[in-house]
Amino acid sequence: MKPVNEMKLIFESRSCNESFARSAVAAFVAVLDPNFEEISDIKTAVSEAVTNCIVHGYKNDIGKIYIHAKIFEGALVRISIRDRGCGIRDIRKAMEPLYTTCETGERAGLGFSIMESFMDKLKVSSKPGKGTGVTLEKTIVSKGK
Amino acid sequence: MPVEIDIDEKSVTAYISGEIDHHNAVNLRNEIDEAVENSYPELLILDFGGVTFMDSSGIGLVMGRFKLMKNLSGRVMIENAPAMIKKVMRMAGIEKLLSAENKREASLL
Repeated sequence: MKPVNEMKLIFESRSCNESFARSAVAAFVAVLDPNFEEISDIKTAVSEAVTNCIVHGYKNDIGKIYIHAKIFEGALVRISIRDRGCGIRDIRKAMEPLYTTCETGERAGLGFSIMESFMDKLKVSSKPGKGTGVTLEKTIVSKGK
Repeated sequence: MPVEIDIDEKSVTAYISGEIDHHNAVNLRNEIDEAVENSYPELLILDFGGVTFMDSSGIGLVMGRFKLMKNLSGRVMIENAPAMIKKVMRMAGIEKLLSAENKREASLL
């Protein structure tokens, strides 16, 4: 299936870019006339994925984050978000609700749960030492309603 | 990330506005904790009325403040959370911290 529109973003894994990344994806999707809830869902899921790259993938070192967003016939949006960071050894464990490797007590361990429930589909692939990629899918059904 | 803090005899109220993400949760946390640690309130009210975006960093923020207040034998209450923010809170099962008025609304969502 060929996309009807696509865009790519490459940016540094600085936390100030979290807001830029979700806003840019939201602006790209805006052409499909999503309602407020759909756009919030997408922004939240993108924010979780990008934060994971920064906090876990690169562990606060500066690396590059790659976003590739595509729109397909039927208002289907597919967003891939990748890093070339440390990767995840046990994806199933990482995806468990409330599981976190963060020891400060300030991370809830809900990133993947939110991506999963706010989007229609979530796919995670990872190789230790190579990086992690998530693919998020959502069909915009509201047409602004 | 702006937050205005009101301190009275028994409570600290933090009026949070703007976007809560991993980037700006740190400052928010520091400002709220400073107010709490200076006044040892019985109640910490987190007012989300001005918040336009929140991801799971906001949940971490709430859970962290919940632990802090528990250590001080105090309570946390959430006020005026917009629908989209309640949706994130529901994921974490922290609706029990919502004020009564908020809970009624949340049950209608």
